[in-house]
Amino acid sequence: MDDERVLDGNVLAGDLGAVFTAEMTSATVTCAGCGDAGALAQAVAYVDAPGTVLRCRGCEGVLARVVRTRDEVWLELRGIRSIRVPAPTVGASPA
Amino acid sequence: MRRTSTPWLRARVASAWLETRTARTLVLDVPGWPGHDAGQHLDVRLTAEDGYQAQRSYSIASASATDRVELTVQKVPRGEVSSYLVDVAREGDELEVRGPVGGWFRWTPDDERAVSLVAGGSGVVPVMAMLRARQQAGSTAPFHLLYSTRTPDHVIYADELYRIATSGTGVEIAYVFTRGGLPDDVRAPGRLTAADVAAVEASIGRPGRVFVCGPNPFVETATRLFLDAGHPASIVRTERFGPTGG
Repeated sequence: MDDERVLDGNVLAGDLGAVFTAEMTSATVTCAGCGDAGALAQAVAYVDAPGTVLRCRGCEGVLARVVRTRDEVWLELRGIRSIRVPAPTVGASPA
Repeated sequence: MRRTSTPWLRARVASAWLETRTARTLVLDVPGWPGHDAGQHLDVRLTAEDGYQAQRSYSIASASATDRVELTVQKVPRGEVSSYLVDVAREGDELEVRGPVGGWFRWTPDDERAVSLVAGGSGVVPVMAMLRARQQAGSTAPFHLLYSTRTPDHVIYADELYRIATSGTGVEIAYVFTRGGLPDDVRAPGRLTAADVAAVEASIGRPGRVFVCGPNPFVETATRLFLDAGHPASIVRTERFGPTGG
């Protein structure tokens, strides 16, 4: 995998920030295909398809697709079994 | 709704200059910009008169400030947004930005561990933000920057890096020129090697954090060299950029 066109999940920070309140590039995602778990930021991202395709660094299976239109962000997450993000600590005041 | 997601903000180009022939720094006035952590991004959105929009994500180059942010943009072939930002945008031009976003590739001054920064080409931008944040905060965390470019002419921020390296504040900078260096260079031109990585540890000791940013092949090579040298994968954080989309 020495293709210069390949990016990583960091590139999705803004679009995922439009959907989730947690910072999603730091989220731990588990691949539904092979069970590999890692930071979303470190997943493989292909950005030259229409939209962005996120693939597992372990098995190359599709984790997610993100397509941005003029007024929507369309998120497909079929290859992600689970998403883990830090929860606010007990006693923190609601935002 | 308890909160809204990060809003788009109006930004105005306050000043801009070329760092190399194809990389340009733009200082943006952004009323409402809340400040950021080093390594975070912002998204830029351009809207044409006919309503067509193009959006890209860029690393922030500057240390945190309110209402102001700096980008350094590398022009990429056929990149519609980078071509505009490098060749066309003038002082006073307006665009939209959203941020700061991202949190994986990030350094904050409360982290006192030794840091190894490894940059390929314009991958220096987010690690420059880390160096600037360190200097701004007066941090004494040992820092080492290993910066790989094709030739000395491709070095971005050359003057500021020289000043930081000679400031006696605990920052060491080593250059790797892959195609051609200067006549009296000790190191022969060539890609990053195990010896370059070993020199990091000789300089700052065992790093507690390694940040690698560059094109995908560079990131893969650098990461492998650090793992081969016995550094745990858990301390290495990487970010890839490339000529796609641009």
